[in-house]
This record gives sequence, C-alpha cells and structure tokens, in this order.
Amino acid sequence: MELLKMFLTFARIGGLTFGGGYAMLPLLQREVVEKYGWATEEELADYYAIGQCTPGIIAVNTATFIGQKRAGTVGGIVATLGVVFPSIVIISLIAGIITNFSELAVVKNAFAGIRVCVCVLILNSVIKLWKSAVVDRCCLVIFCIVMCVSLFFSLSPIIIVLCVAVAGCAIKAWEARK
Amino acid sequence: MIYLRLFYEFFVTGLFSIGGGLATLPFLHQMSESTGWFTTQQIYDMLAVSESTPGPIGVNMATYVGYTTGGVAGAVVATIGLVAPSIIVILIIARMLKKFGESKLVKSVFYGLRPASVALIAAAGVSVALEVFIMPAFRESHALGDLLNYKAVILGAALILLTRYVRPTKKLHPVCFIALSAVVGMIFKFAGA
Repeated sequence: MELLKMFLTFARIGGLTFGGGYAMLPLLQREVVEKYGWATEEELADYYAIGQCTPGIIAVNTATFIGQKRAGTVGGIVATLGVVFPSIVIISLIAGIITNFSELAVVKNAFAGIRVCVCVLILNSVIKLWKSAVVDRCCLVIFCIVMCVSLFFSLSPIIIVLCVAVAGCAIKAWEARK
Repeated sequence: MIYLRLFYEFFVTGLFSIGGGLATLPFLHQMSESTGWFTTQQIYDMLAVSESTPGPIGVNMATYVGYTTGGVAGAVVATIGLVAPSIIVILIIARMLKKFGESKLVKSVFYGLRPASVALIAAAGVSVALEVFIMPAFRESHALGDLLNYKAVILGAALILLTRYVRPTKKLHPVCFIALSAVVGMIFKFAGA
C-alpha cells in the first residue's frame, strides 16, 4: 500500500510539473515534505545538488532519492516509474492525435501564463530552502558567487558542485582550527 | 530489434547527459544522424511539445522519440532506458550516504553544497523570469517602453500576493495557481497568439 501511495504521489507530481526539474520543486515541497514528511527541506536541497552533478535528469534523480530513502531500492524504482508515467500517457496521446499541439493558440497562451506562475513558485521554493541552506555568512557568500557564476558564465554544474564541496570542507576545517 | 536499440540509445543518453532535460539535446542530434529515426527539424517540434506538456522535459523528449519510432511500446522502452542509469547511480550514492552520512567530511561537503544548490535553482528561476517578464522587442529596440511585459508583471505580482500574503489562498496546492495562470493566459492572450 505504501508503494502504491508513493507511485500515485509521484505520478501526480510528474503530471503537474510544467517545465524542467526545477518546476517540480514547489510540488515536492508541498507533497513530500509538508504533506507526507518523506524528506526534510535540507534533504531536498541535498538531493537537488547531487541530482545536478550525477548522470540523468534532475527530476528523475530526485524522485529516485526520495523513494529510496522512504522504501529502499524498490521504493526508488517505484517513485521513478511514478514520475515518468504521466509523460508516457500524455505524450503518446498527443503524438498520436494532435501533431501540431504546440502550435495551437490556446496552448501557447496557456503556457505563457503558466510560465509566469512557475517563476513565482520557484521564488517561493527558494525562500523556503534558503532558511535551511543559508545558515551563516560563509553560506551567503557561496550563494552569491554561485548565483553570479551560473547567471553570467556557462560553467558546467559539475565544476560548480566540486568547487563548493571543497570550499565547504575548507571552511569547516578552518573553523575547527580557530 | 528496434526496441533493444531504442533502449540502448536512451540508456547512453541518460548516462552521459548531466543536468536538466535540455542536456539531452546534443545526444538527440547525434541519434538522429546515426539512426535516421527522426530529422533535426523534428527534434525542435518535439522539444516544443515537451515544453508545453506536463512532465520533466527530458522524459517527455524520450517518450516522444520512442513513440515516433516504435509506438506506445517504443515510448515505454525509451523512457525506461533514459531513467535506468539514474536509478542505478542514485541507488549507489544513496546507499553510500546512509553509510557515511554522519561523517564530518560528508557534513562539511553538504554545508557547502546546500547554498550552492539553492543558488543554482534561483539562477534557473531568474533565467525563466527574464524570458517571461522582458519583452522580446526590447532586445532589438532597447527602448524602455518595450522593456516590460506588463500583463506578465501584473499576473506575477498578483500570484506573489496570493501565494505569500493572502491567508485563505496561501495554503492552496500549487496546481491551483498553475490552473489559474493558464486560464488568465488564455483569456488575456499572453502569448499574443
């Protein structure tokens, strides 16, 4: 039953995600953190960080992580299948029936509206995550540097993640020596 | 055996594309050249559909290519191929985290990773915001009158109020706001179409 609930929850999240893996974050916070308590805000931030520097799509990586944490290997597989299930159904329907789906005026207008909403939801998610991730001044510095680097340079997230991992160790080692 | 080939091609894509779903694009280009399953033009059509349907973009792309190549079974095989490397790699990492999660070193690493992870998410939000709130015309004319997409700004401000400050609506499920925005977008012709 637990697995069925997990499959349905992740199918719901996958079916309501409009855009990339980032657009999934507000839904994960709502369903996984607030409603079911399967993971904490901190763990979500950790999973996103790891999901960005490991092979595969961020949304899928995060789903596997949460499922694994909750119900082991089978849980990881079930959560992942749940998250991709709506895509398979919806795309197969659209590809089979409406070939010019994305050209329709109604679809274009609806999605222009949805994108505004996705921005606001991501802003809210960042504010929520901020409290658990940016805990002191060093973290604030890391946040600002990474934000600037990823906005103004096209640096691979792998390099960013490796650098901050080293920085985290260095800061903690330096604090311990004081 | 087309299904085996589909699984293999998408397994490789999943294994080597790191980051968001858009990271799969170069692999799809290569796939179109080496297999001839679809043309480069089709890739962009599929991307447009993937972006305007629910679900992660990368997964939608795999499903679409799979469907075009081998029907519903192809869609299932391609998608499972794409996510298989994720499942394997993440399960290994999760197991290691359980074992070493309490070590000082791992804790220090995550201390640095967390603010960076939030910054990467914020940066992704900013780049979507630039696309949504700045008019495309501004990039050519640089006239201040063309700068802001007022319809989008008004909707955005209203959504911030509803999701953060208005007590009765604050606790609503995010999908309520997504549905509302879709309706507003259709009524006020947000894409100008």
